Amino acid sequence: MDWTNLLVNVAGEIIAPTTAAYALAAIGLNIHFGLTGLLNMGQAGFLLLGAYGFAIATIAGWPLWAAVLAAILAAVVFALILGIPTLKLRGDYLAIVTIAAAEIVRIVGRSTTLTDLTGASSGLRGNSYKHTFQDASPFPDGTWELGPFEYAINASNSWWIRIVGWGVVALACLLIWLLMRSPWGRVLKGIREDEDAVRSLGKNVYAYKMQSLVLGGVIGAVAGIIYVLPRAVQPDAMGRSMTFFIWTILLLGGAATVFGPILGSMLFWAALMLIKLVMRGTVPETVMRSEQIEQFGWIIVGITLMLLVIFRPQGILGDKKELAINAH
Amino acid sequence: MRRAASSRARSWTSRPPRVVGTVGRWLVLLLLTLSATALGQSAAVAATEQCAPTGESACINGTIRTAAGEPAVGVALTIEGEGQELAATTGPDGRWSASVTSAGTYSVTLDEGTLPAGETLRDPANNPREVTVELGASRPALFPLGAPAEQAPDAGDDDGAEGPGGGDQPDDAAGEPGEEPAGVGTSSSGGVTMTRFVQQLVSGLIFGLLLALASVGLSLIYGTTGLSNFAHGEQVTLGGILAYMGVQFWGLPLVVAGTLAVVLAAASGWFQDAAIWQPLRRRNVGLVQAMIVTIGLSMALQYVFQFFFGAGPLRVVTSTPTSVSFGPVLVTRQTVASVIIALVTLAAVSYFLLRTRTGRATRAVSDNAALAAASGISVNRIIRVVWTLGAGLAGLGGVLLGLYLGAARWNSGGALLLLMFAAVTLGGLGAAFGALAGSIVIGLVVELSSLWIPSDMRYGAALVILILVLLFRPQGILGRATRVG
Repeated sequence: MDWTNLLVNVAGEIIAPTTAAYALAAIGLNIHFGLTGLLNMGQAGFLLLGAYGFAIATIAGWPLWAAVLAAILAAVVFALILGIPTLKLRGDYLAIVTIAAAEIVRIVGRSTTLTDLTGASSGLRGNSYKHTFQDASPFPDGTWELGPFEYAINASNSWWIRIVGWGVVALACLLIWLLMRSPWGRVLKGIREDEDAVRSLGKNVYAYKMQSLVLGGVIGAVAGIIYVLPRAVQPDAMGRSMTFFIWTILLLGGAATVFGPILGSMLFWAALMLIKLVMRGTVPETVMRSEQIEQFGWIIVGITLMLLVIFRPQGILGDKKELAINAH
Repeated sequence: MRRAASSRARSWTSRPPRVVGTVGRWLVLLLLTLSATALGQSAAVAATEQCAPTGESACINGTIRTAAGEPAVGVALTIEGEGQELAATTGPDGRWSASVTSAGTYSVTLDEGTLPAGETLRDPANNPREVTVELGASRPALFPLGAPAEQAPDAGDDDGAEGPGGGDQPDDAAGEPGEEPAGVGTSSSGGVTMTRFVQQLVSGLIFGLLLALASVGLSLIYGTTGLSNFAHGEQVTLGGILAYMGVQFWGLPLVVAGTLAVVLAAASGWFQDAAIWQPLRRRNVGLVQAMIVTIGLSMALQYVFQFFFGAGPLRVVTSTPTSVSFGPVLVTRQTVASVIIALVTLAAVSYFLLRTRTGRATRAVSDNAALAAASGISVNRIIRVVWTLGAGLAGLGGVLLGLYLGAARWNSGGALLLLMFAAVTLGGLGAAFGALAGSIVIGLVVELSSLWIPSDMRYGAALVILILVLLFRPQGILGRATRVG
């Protein structure tokens, strides 16, 4: 096995756009769950809506900023529609409803009736909506090498998407850090710990929860844009399992922390890549076929999620005293 | 755990016994209605998907049918490109698929020597043909057979052409990646005729009844432990896959294989409670934490199934079923038998819950675990019984649904999970009879909604109902108004 190549691949996964997108999605979920205690099991729905909003608006000829705005608007509307009936419900009801809502988005998106708009189950091709983003790049075209990493500068899976993606992640982190220290963030944490106590202090718990849902959802929608820019909008790739990966990432890094989602996402994707490459290199094809290695990786993810929640619910960076998953 | 359980009981499960009596009568009425109309329509062909694209792989697939529309079995194809070379062969349903691990353009060649006798490609110039795939997606490569002259224009989308009845099967509409490339089911276009309405009504009742087998277990587990079990769908899949193993690998007769599958599924429930849930209860792991554990378990199990059985449909029975007609509707004998089995089982479960000592103890634990424990009921023993029973029922549901829908699949239970939750919520979380009524309603909604909305959206209709119920009547159709927040 070629160890240098393997390490380069694993390290490349750490800075990959997908890793940034998942980190951002987990930051959004962190606002829901880590700060407010909302069990949002439909985060992938926000990503998918953001992706559709951006792609469809761009295909319709909107400029970059307007398309991003369309994605954000889609997430706000979805959060409002989702929040009105559900935010008064207990934790597990909220989980069931959010997962159902995300499925509805996916089912409608992949329906053949909307083929003209969403491309049904085959989705929207990346080339049809990535030009505005690529044109916005200040850099010349071509490829660029940094140490062992060589990517195109602007096209598709590029340095440009990496710079923008991680830039947005850094901004989101700053936002979370500021929010957690603000009076607003303290009210959210209060809701997480004891909703009734906060209510008795005269705060409108429902409104705070709604603001949290909208803000986290918007961050999720932006993550959706970053996720689809190097690939295509594929409704079935953004279903329940995506939500579960985001949860695993958040719980791995540590909920209610600033850097937890980033660490979680980097570890998640790097470890997955490492497992796959090592197994491809060592396990003979007769024992495990390549798609079985893929599935083996996901089995490990599922088991990791179980073990994490049971034995270390606060994750790597979290503080057990700070976060009680069962507050709701 | 105990504290959580008792506060939960305070908040929503306490119900006067009178309600159970009413529900019991309602149930009897329902069963009578159902037996009166115990018929349905053919489950026909199973659908799609043999390869599931992930972020790292993509699928190329298609279905080859003879000019007469029959599946062409055993046709060999070669997929070449991007440094990979793969082979695929069509299965008993004429489907083939190949999983590739990098995006790019592939050339798909059909070996004309392997076509069924007398069949030719309609467009020989299109062999080999080029297909461009992206990771995480699946693309069809179509090879229509028949005379070289132009045929019906829609004969090309062979993956979508499932025959007129195709839109009626509750297949994996909520399914995972890679099915129905195009053109599946706008069955709303045909207009609503009385015959179609009756057919959909009957299909809905049958589907609801089979779904009820799974939902009742989910509801019982929720009722006694407060756990929303997201891995319950995998118990359903397990039943279907075990039946498939029994019939196709060990060559057992269907009835024996089915019974064995149910017994093993029930054993898996017992084992699961002993190995995971009871230790978690002892550790005082909270309900939300336990719920996330079930999500992890569901994910792990789905991929375990896919690891061992692949992503394709697993047909329990490959022979063509014989049909019987009741007036305007056509059902297979198998379906009639399934409906009778489901009715008898549900009646037995009702008897168990209403009349036996353990059943009463189960309802007592659902109502108030702390009080039940105080009155000398061994709560842990009851929970073990409920897990065994629930998993066994889900297994039976899996076997029967596998027969009804034509095939089991690694995610067939997962695709039904949200429908089960919808049914359970509709009936009032934790109320076993509510789950039965809710399942019937959900079955009807799923099947009847496809009269008016495109059939690939009908699972969505059931989920909209779920959200509406929570909005206007969170205690469910049979529950008593209590605060849920």
